[in-house]
Amino acid sequence: MSETTTQQNEPVSRGYWSDAFRRLRRRKLAMVCFIIVLIYAAMAAFVGIVETETFKKIFKLDVPIVRWNEQVGPSYQKPMAQYDFKPEQSETKVKGWSLFGTDFLGESTLRKTLYGVKTSMLVAFCASIISIGIGVPLGALAGYYRGWVDETIVWFYTTLGTIPYILLLMAFAVALRGREFFGVEIRGAPAVYLAIGLTSWVGLCRLIRGEIIKRKESEYVLAARAMGCSDFRILFSHLLPNVFHIILINFSLRFVSFIHAEVILSFLGLGENDKPSWGAMIDAARTELARDVWWEMAAATAAIFLISLALNIFSDALRDCLDPKLRID
Amino acid sequence: MTAFIIRRLIYMIPIVFGVLLVTFVLFTVVGGDISQQIAGKNADQQTIDEIRHEYGFDKPLFLSWDSQFIDHFKRAVTFDFGRAMDRERISEKIRRGVGPSLMLTGPMFCGELIVAVSLALIIAFVRGTVWDVSAVVICVAGMSIPYLSFIIFGQYFFAYKLDWFPIIYLPEEPMIKSVGLPIVIGIIAGLGAELRFYRTIMLDEIRNDYVRTAFAKGLSTSRVLFKHVLKNAMIPIITNVVLALPTLILGSFLLERFFGIPGLGYLMIEAIGSRDFFIINAMTFIFSLLIVVFTLLTDICYALVDPRISFK
Repeated sequence: MSETTTQQNEPVSRGYWSDAFRRLRRRKLAMVCFIIVLIYAAMAAFVGIVETETFKKIFKLDVPIVRWNEQVGPSYQKPMAQYDFKPEQSETKVKGWSLFGTDFLGESTLRKTLYGVKTSMLVAFCASIISIGIGVPLGALAGYYRGWVDETIVWFYTTLGTIPYILLLMAFAVALRGREFFGVEIRGAPAVYLAIGLTSWVGLCRLIRGEIIKRKESEYVLAARAMGCSDFRILFSHLLPNVFHIILINFSLRFVSFIHAEVILSFLGLGENDKPSWGAMIDAARTELARDVWWEMAAATAAIFLISLALNIFSDALRDCLDPKLRID
Repeated sequence: MTAFIIRRLIYMIPIVFGVLLVTFVLFTVVGGDISQQIAGKNADQQTIDEIRHEYGFDKPLFLSWDSQFIDHFKRAVTFDFGRAMDRERISEKIRRGVGPSLMLTGPMFCGELIVAVSLALIIAFVRGTVWDVSAVVICVAGMSIPYLSFIIFGQYFFAYKLDWFPIIYLPEEPMIKSVGLPIVIGIIAGLGAELRFYRTIMLDEIRNDYVRTAFAKGLSTSRVLFKHVLKNAMIPIITNVVLALPTLILGSFLLERFFGIPGLGYLMIEAIGSRDFFIINAMTFIFSLLIVVFTLLTDICYALVDPRISFK
């Protein structure tokens, strides 16, 4: 709005978002972390696209790195080592070299870890979307309308919040698994992100409700109401954009915990059953470590560690930049 | 005061009802008829029908005096959760698990609290130095390592390689021997997040004027930190502790699973493995009830301690 009236010699005014992102860009470490997160997302998207049948048909390309279930070497091949290997179909021996070694079935640990990126990012992303999709509208409605709407929603989330989270999550994961809804059977990754998403919105809902209550008497809301805006318009085009930074901070903070939840659920056998995931790889390591097979667990742990560290540092920086009042250090 | 307690007690009723509704929807409506699963793969139709009748799956869900929801409600209110799929009483199973779980989580929680609070005080004292920065970096790094990796590596290294601890729970040995390693692992794995949390609290406290006064009086550093600052930081610490208490009984299901400690976490994992909805349902209800009661007690304690809280 103000760009048209700004004179050449006047200082350029910066909005909230551009100011926040300017501050964020100055933090080198946070930007490095952001790039790591982007790389993970790109890897997940790459694996997700390349493994589909349509991609293979259109581009006539079968990228070897996503064929995680191919036997590439002998069982439990050490990482960073040359080996001779005779594939099942062929007679001749092939020389091979693997970066991260192989597992019991001779499948490449590197490929499995890469595939795990897709599983884990997909689950965390979908769980976040479900969680925000439930938590934000409910919190906004409760905070804006108060009265019986508020009481019902508060009752509902207090109830869910009363059940210890880990029990609630496992109860949802067990109950949803293998059920059919509208003709679609829930299994594998959808079962995981549904369970995480449907149980994790309580905190966000509580937060948004509080913020809306705090802001609904602000002058800009009164002005909008005086101009005859509908409740819906006030709520979704005036109030929610003003709490959007809270949603964003929450999203990045909880992404890490969703990744870790996926690992634990897969480990318990409540996740993907026939595709690789980091949780399943760590589960396999339970018996392998005693045979000095450490690379499968090391690969999965390193993959989780890197993305969690990057996300943790980035969300702290994001919080500092978007909400200076929340600064803790 | 009495009116306040009564009001809070009445407020508990819809919450408990809500928990019952959630568990009912999850395990009976969504979970569905599991008589086939109980009967096994090769059961004939008659057996399945008998089981269906025994567990009441043939009754209507709601809207009847003899519905499944009323049964669910009755079982919860009388704490009679019936038998698990292996025909043992669920209440007996739970009672047996409480002890081992507490043996594990009690010392773990206390140790964690003492280590985290003391370290946080010291870090807050040296704030801004390279020690502070490196401590925060280590905390964030520790938070990023998955819990499972801590457990597996700890079990492999300290129990298998170094042979300092038994690898798995030994029923004939004293309990303390078997829970030693899980306690240490639990403390280390949880330290990052805890330390960061308490550091924030301590930083808020240590910037106050009374700290400067205490130093100006010539008190020793340890006296200022552990007497003055710690006392003033007690309220957020206590809140955190009280809210964590009911979950202690629940145990640590991953640690119990790896070290074979027969606590409630282990029971839960077993129930998930065998898809025993009856146990999961009973545990969910009992622990929600515990949390409701503990929240009530906390509120009453606050009201008693802090005269500023009104009973409205």
